[in-house]
Order: sequence, then structure tokens, then C-alpha cells
Amino acid sequence: MAILVNTNTRVITQGITGKSGEFHTKLSHEYAPRFVGGVTPGKGGTKGILDLPIFDTVADAKAKTKCNASMIFVPPPFAADAILEAIDSEIELIICITEGIPVLDMVPVKKALERSKKSRLIGPNCPGVITPGQCKIGIMPGHIHKVGKAGIVSKSGTLTYEAVGQTTTAGIGQSSCVGIGGDPIIGTNYIDVLTMFEADPQTEGIILIGEIGGDAEIKAARFIRENIKKPVAAFIAGQTAPAGKRMGHAGAIVSGGHGTAAEKMAALEEAGVVVARSPADLASSLKIAMERKKR
Amino acid sequence: MNIHEYQAKQLFRQNGVPVPDGFLAHTPTEAEFAMRRLGTEVAVVKAQVHAGGRGKAGGVKLAKSPEEARNIAEQMIGMTLVTHQTGPEGKKVHKVYVEAGSKIAKEYYLALVLDRETAGVSIMFSTEGGMDIEEVAAKTPEKIVTVHVDPTVGLQGFQTRRLCYGLNLPAAEHKELTHIVKHAYKMFVKYDYSMLEINPLVVTTDGKMFALDGKMNFDDNALYRQKDIEVMRDFQEEDERDIQASKYGLSYIGLDGTIGCLVNGAGLAMATLDIINFYGAKPANFLDVGGGASQETVTNAFKILFADKHVKGIFVNIFGGIMKCDIIANGIVAAAKELGLRVPMVVRLEGTNVEQGKDVLKNSGLNLYATSDMADGAKKIVELAK
Repeated sequence: MAILVNTNTRVITQGITGKSGEFHTKLSHEYAPRFVGGVTPGKGGTKGILDLPIFDTVADAKAKTKCNASMIFVPPPFAADAILEAIDSEIELIICITEGIPVLDMVPVKKALERSKKSRLIGPNCPGVITPGQCKIGIMPGHIHKVGKAGIVSKSGTLTYEAVGQTTTAGIGQSSCVGIGGDPIIGTNYIDVLTMFEADPQTEGIILIGEIGGDAEIKAARFIRENIKKPVAAFIAGQTAPAGKRMGHAGAIVSGGHGTAAEKMAALEEAGVVVARSPADLASSLKIAMERKKR
Repeated sequence: MNIHEYQAKQLFRQNGVPVPDGFLAHTPTEAEFAMRRLGTEVAVVKAQVHAGGRGKAGGVKLAKSPEEARNIAEQMIGMTLVTHQTGPEGKKVHKVYVEAGSKIAKEYYLALVLDRETAGVSIMFSTEGGMDIEEVAAKTPEKIVTVHVDPTVGLQGFQTRRLCYGLNLPAAEHKELTHIVKHAYKMFVKYDYSMLEINPLVVTTDGKMFALDGKMNFDDNALYRQKDIEVMRDFQEEDERDIQASKYGLSYIGLDGTIGCLVNGAGLAMATLDIINFYGAKPANFLDVGGGASQETVTNAFKILFADKHVKGIFVNIFGGIMKCDIIANGIVAAAKELGLRVPMVVRLEGTNVEQGKDVLKNSGLNLYATSDMADGAKKIVELAK
């Protein structure tokens, strides 16, 4: 069954005529043909990559293509506006890949999401979502995935690929992989995705990948203890990160002693999660967690 | 991005938050003239470095005459200040700020910070200023009052009142605190802050309230629209390697170990530091070469690693999604041919175009160790770099 995206997903790309938007629309559609159009204001009425129809507005695209998802590749100064437009047009699933959106721009977006009963945002600054074999929305390399039973939720793109590579090699495969993104203010958090995985029959085990900064992983640990019965393994990047420095992702700062990897690892272990100490042990940690739950 | 105290005070002055008078001085003569202009009995000479803890390290001194200000500046400018925040190598002092002395009656604390939870701005006020706020939060949390502002709604009157009445501030101080909070909040939104801290927020013996120190962090993502803030960047305060990297558009942070790292993706880059540590060595840097990096970017990244004298080995850890393995491989070969490979290198490639990437490395004739397995690669480089 998997979560969020499947063979019924119909995607448009906002920013389809930009270099990145075009490139990833092509690769994603080649993996699984779910794309139905794109939006670039001013280019409506023309055809884009793969001969997909381009529209001036999201509302127009939705009316003509009946899309239910949007992949956003709009540059940082205009990305928050693109998300707001998608919310306003009641697009059910909005996946914003863009890195570099000013944090204060995300505040009205968060408020709009709270008011909207229809839209879910994944990201921003995320690699996207994939359900192997059914639908890929984002920048992840499709060929490393394998249909299977591990649900993966992560703040980091390339670390997700590590988890995917390892679970594919181990024969476990993936149900769905969700990149929630590395920014301080994001649309969907760990708890939202954990809830979906827990209810999904195809997902038998979960891998959670976190990093320094904020306390989302600690909240997730508490949630896991109370609400998640399925086996969970985790890795927290940045155990060796120095305090006060922004390690790439806008959200990855350890400030005032809070948001350290050590804190998060301890909280997760207390919740019964198998926490890997090395990023090379993601699949093996999940195996251990799955074995433990069997007993 | 960080700025100096004198720049923070400038911003306060321009935006309605009261601060004492003060002037920047680059030489002892300028410091003497600064104090004359201030015309106060007492002035404070403060070293301008991007680090806290200056006072305890001798970076903040009282002057009772312009001549004394001159002498203090003479001693301070050019000294290396070592505080608990600078690391043992310390920071060189290039300039000082000469500020009018004040008769301090009370020290409060005020901070504004972007709150991920509420997607808003949290404003924290405490009567326990002039000390470590983490300690106050731990030992006497009832002495801190916090309000959460929704930026789409704005700072409300009842919220400033909560800050004033929450800790039973004397009525005479309400007006000034409210004024400062309102203006600090306006600044926060105007300049895209991630954090604005005033510690201490001082009340003088004649009842005036002002910011005696200001610590400001800005949202790097917003600098493109904050040119006035961007120009305040002081490259002298930054690690030379970091500056060079930012000229190349690289996400780089210099550390103090011996294994140079080149990785794609911030999460994997952080995890690479972790796995090197796991196998017993220390990384020389964090480097995320990003998804769309060109061969030129990769070559430039190598230039920085090769130029770092601490580097005894290089670990390239790539899981190509957007990043193609053959691009990285071409970059490695180009850089090694241009600069010479003087330290051992381990290259771990996986993902998009991995076979093409491996071929490029094999055919280059370079002496490096190639693998698809991250643990294998990390173990190997730690061994080779001993």
C-alpha cells in the first residue's frame, strides 16, 4: 500500500521550465509516469519537457489536469509564494524541494497550512517522496530503490539514499521514503510520517534519520514510546559537530547546548529504538529492531 | 552570519533601541579622541571580536581618562584574546569600541528568537541579566517570562504587558521596556534575524534603560535581501579556509582534525564526520559540495583541502542522486593532476553513474583507494592517514 504517493498520484511541477525543474521532472516521470503538467507564469499554453502542458497558474493546471500533487522547484525568493499558491488551489500534496527559503517567509505558509483542511506540505529543502515501483516526486536516484517493507523518514537527502542502498542490498526493500527536509520550519514532521507508517500494512519496520538542531527527534522518541508498535531503528547525524555552527542545513545548529545528537540518541534509545552509531549500520540496526519485536 | 558589538549598537541606534554613546577606534589615538568626544568621566574600552566571554579574558576595561583609554587600547589592539568561546588559539583584536560608562543599578535580560515549534518569534525577558541565561533557566525558571508572537498578527499590547507584569517590574520601568521590546521586535522582522539577545539590558541609577550589549545572528537564507546586513560581514573574524570556500560557493566549515572530507549532501557530510570519529580519527572539515556541483566546483573544493596543512588524508564520500559520480571523478582527476596528490586519498562512490565514475578513476592512473562501501572507505582512510 505505501504512503503519500502511489499509482493514482497526478503531479504538476511548479517551476517546470527551470533547469532543475525540467531535469527532475524528466527523471521522475521516467521512473514512473505520474506527471501531468507544469506551471511557469508567462509560459502557459506552451509545451515543456516530455511534451507536458504548461500553465500560468496552479488553479488553471488543476482545472485542466486534475492533478493532486505538486513538486516545487521555484527559486528561494519566490518559493514561499509558490507554496501558498498551491495551498490556495487546494493541491493535496505539495512537495517543496527548494533550499534557501528565508525562515520568516515560512511563517505565513505554516499558518495557511493550519487553516487548510486539504493540503499537506513536505519540505521545504527536502529531496522529496518516493514509493518504489509506483511514484517518485523529487531528486532521489530511482534505481537504488526496491519495493519492500522498510519505511524511511529523514531530514537528509543523501543519508536517506544510504538507508535505501543498505536496505535494498539486505533484501528488505522500502515501502515509502519521505524526506521531511532540513529547514527549521517544515510542513510535515517525523510524528506525522510515523503515524502514516504505523497504519500502513506494507511497512513492517521504520528507519528514522535525524540530525542536530531543534528537538523534533526528541518529540518523535516520546511519540514512538506511546504510539508505535512496529520496530524502529534510527541514526542521528552530527555527533561530532561543533556547537554554534550551521552544518549545511539551516536547521542544523546546536545552540545553547540544546539539539545535540547525544540527547536525541538517548531519548530514542529510551523509547526502544535501535540507534546506530555509524551511518553504515542503518539496515543492520533495522534488522536487529525487527528481530527484537518478533520475540 | 555574526556581527560585532559596535555594529549591533549601530543597528540599535538606527532602529530606536537606546544604547550608550560610543565610537569605534582602530588605533590608540582614535581611542583617546573617542573618549574626549564622549565627555564622560568613565568609559569602557571593549575589544571587538566575534566571541563572548571578553570581560573575563581582559577584553573589557574601564578608563577614567582619555589618556588611560589610549593606553588600554594600545595594549588591547593586536593582542590575541582567548575566551571560553574562541578556542585555545583565540582571536586577534583589530579594533576596540569606546563606550560611555554608565552607573548601572540593575541588569535585565531580553532575547528574541525564531521558534520552530510555534513558527513564530519568542520573546524572553528576565530580571536576572548579566549572567548565563541557561543557568537561570535551570535554577530559577520562574524568573524568566516568555511570550510567543505570531508574525502574521504582530506583537500585541497584552504581550508586552505580560512581560512587564510577569516579573513585577516597577511601574516606572514599564514604558521603557515596552518601547525597547516593540522596537527590537520590529528589527527582528525587518532584518530577518534568527536571534537577537540583549544581555544585559541595563537600568541606570537615574532610571534610564538601554542595551549594554547586543548579540545578533541573522538568517543566512535571507542575506540576499539584506544587503545592509551583508556588508557588515567581517572576513577578518572568519577562518581563512571558510572564506575561500564561500568565494567558491561551497558549504564548508574548517575543523581541527587531519582527515579532509568532500561529501555531497549536508546530512551525509555530518555523518561522514561521525564515521571518521567512530574509527578513531578527527575530521579536518565539513564540506557539502551540493547536488549540482560542476567539475570546477569540485576542483576548487580539492584546492581548499590540499591547501590545508593539517590534512593528512582525504576521504571523498559520494552517494550520487543529483550529483553524478563521473562528475566527481573528473573533478578529482583534474584537481590531482593540477595540484599533485600529496596525501593518501580514499574515494567512496555510489549512486548515479557509479560505474562511469569508477572507470574514470581506474583509468586516471592516480594512486588512490576506491570503494563502494562507506565503512570500508572510512576505516581505510583513518589507517592511511596515521
